[in-house]
Amino acid sequence: MDFSVLLSDIPTLIVVIVGVPVVLAAYIVGGEYLVRRLPDKNRPRVRPWIWVGPAVFLVAAILFIPAIFTVIQSFEDNHGTFVGLQNYGNQLADFPSGGAWVAIRNNIIIWLIFYTLFVLAFGLALAVLFDRVQYETVVKSLIFMPMAISSVALGVIWKFMFWYQPPGSAQTGTLNALVTFFHHDPVAWLQDQWPNGLAVLNNLALIAAATWGITGFAMVILSAALKGIPGELLEAARVDGAGELTVFRRVIFPLMMPTIVVVGTTLVIFALKAFDVVYVMTNGNYNTDVLAFRMYNLLYLSHNAAGASAVAIILLIAVIPVLVFNLRQFRAVEARR
Amino acid sequence: MSVAAAARAESTAAVGSMQWITQRLGRIVLHVVVIGLTLAWVIPTAGLILSSFRPFSAIATSGWWTALSPPYQFTLDNYSQVFAQSNLGTAIFNSFMVSVPSTVIPVTIAAFAAYAFAWMKFPGRDWIFLAFVGLLAVPLQLTFIPVLKFYVDHGITIENLTALNLPPWVGLWLAHAGYGLPFSTYLLANFFRALPSDLFESAEIDGAGTLTVFFRIILPLSVPALASLVIFQFLWVWNDLLVALIYVGGSPEVAPLTVNLAGLTNSLGQGYQLLTAAAFFSMIVPLVVFLSLQRYFVRGILAGSVKG
Repeated sequence: MDFSVLLSDIPTLIVVIVGVPVVLAAYIVGGEYLVRRLPDKNRPRVRPWIWVGPAVFLVAAILFIPAIFTVIQSFEDNHGTFVGLQNYGNQLADFPSGGAWVAIRNNIIIWLIFYTLFVLAFGLALAVLFDRVQYETVVKSLIFMPMAISSVALGVIWKFMFWYQPPGSAQTGTLNALVTFFHHDPVAWLQDQWPNGLAVLNNLALIAAATWGITGFAMVILSAALKGIPGELLEAARVDGAGELTVFRRVIFPLMMPTIVVVGTTLVIFALKAFDVVYVMTNGNYNTDVLAFRMYNLLYLSHNAAGASAVAIILLIAVIPVLVFNLRQFRAVEARR
Repeated sequence: MSVAAAARAESTAAVGSMQWITQRLGRIVLHVVVIGLTLAWVIPTAGLILSSFRPFSAIATSGWWTALSPPYQFTLDNYSQVFAQSNLGTAIFNSFMVSVPSTVIPVTIAAFAAYAFAWMKFPGRDWIFLAFVGLLAVPLQLTFIPVLKFYVDHGITIENLTALNLPPWVGLWLAHAGYGLPFSTYLLANFFRALPSDLFESAEIDGAGTLTVFFRIILPLSVPALASLVIFQFLWVWNDLLVALIYVGGSPEVAPLTVNLAGLTNSLGQGYQLLTAAAFFSMIVPLVVFLSLQRYFVRGILAGSVKG
């Protein structure tokens, strides 16, 4: 391993560690200095823009304006000529296996439903179970740990979990070792397009890996909500003779519903943005393509920016319900302030 | 009283009675399920770490669990080989060079903006803030092509920046900063708004300027929120693959660890055992950050998700 790069790059290192904060501090101090030179009555009008300016500028330049350009570009070909809905036509041709259909189905049906449900179910179960043991903190941080690692490392970890050897040879993958232990043939988890080439099994395998990584996130939030439920409420239910299951179904679950919905919407966005796991584990082969991966391939492999823009817009359309929900939620909270 | 305390308080049945036995059994089942699930969660990572210290001949013919019983065969070969074959040293340096500014820039700029959103009045304030909230959900995919085109048209490319003796990651920093800003601003503005306003009012009466209030009152009071946000953004950028692939994916000399590791998964056909070592190496920094600052990380997640 060559650490000499660290030495040769010391100037860059200084620029990065010292320069960036200095520039940012100089900006705000300089801005305030200029504001103070203004006549008194103009100060309150100018000052806010000095403070929000950089954020508004960057968000506009990196997110907002480019997003609008992509919408426009999705109606143009790669030379900038207006072509109407042709890019969308190409992406939506030959239902159900042509164009972007496989990616749409995987993303909008399989990932969206199963990923969200799996994560919520595991997160809720773990939050409720862990709440009842004294060593809660330890087990929680073990479940949470995968949140810290990259999905690339996660992909590598699960590639080894799903490792497949033909029947008869030693299974070195954990899951196939378990499967063969129970006298079943080993399963090619990532390639097997069960049932009948519909590729539900291998997509679920990818989702399982992603679920493992994100469950800690759902668990932590749901656990905080659970602890927010007043103990007297549960006690009252128990005194009235309700069993633990009834208490969960009738008291805990309804009270946690708002949090479950908020976590659920975040997970829906994660599901629609799925990329890394697919890129690392199957490279989109065996009918495991997703929209984000398809867009990347159209852009870099096929050099088809027009098609990539159309796929990005399809992704946006899928996200819009969540976006609207978030805005409504935000307004409702603001109204209560 | 917490839920757990309520659940524990109920075991008041007489020792030896039928009810006592069922409660005891219930507790045992609970512990078995909890420990079983936790083990299931730990096994994938543990298996990888263990494998990374096994010789290739062992990895190819037996599962990682065989390493738990004698004869013990552990080696550092995978590590020395993967360092020799791929430039992980450069990659980890790049990861720092990408992650540090991509954290400092958005968090600082977001703190400025959040101060204005929370405590200043200006036309369009609520609409701009609403736009930030809306942009939280917009897929980054929508921005890649126009931003790339802008970078190429205006010379913000790796070759150009290197030729000008500037850090080649400038484009990636700005992209990460833009992508991180809506969340950072939202989180900090909510936090700043919840601070008691009489604090700065009295400071202003004492003649303190905006800068003094910001640096001397608001920032020190917001250390927990800032810490969570810094950890969050740092880990997000450190672990990001997609954005790095898009903006610097084609240049291994500036690409971060995730891009390097993802490249290895595709290129190491025969030497796949080296992946275990590379993957564990890539996990070290995030795991250290996570284990030492877990409390702030969790707090950040809670602040970002439980609205109102």
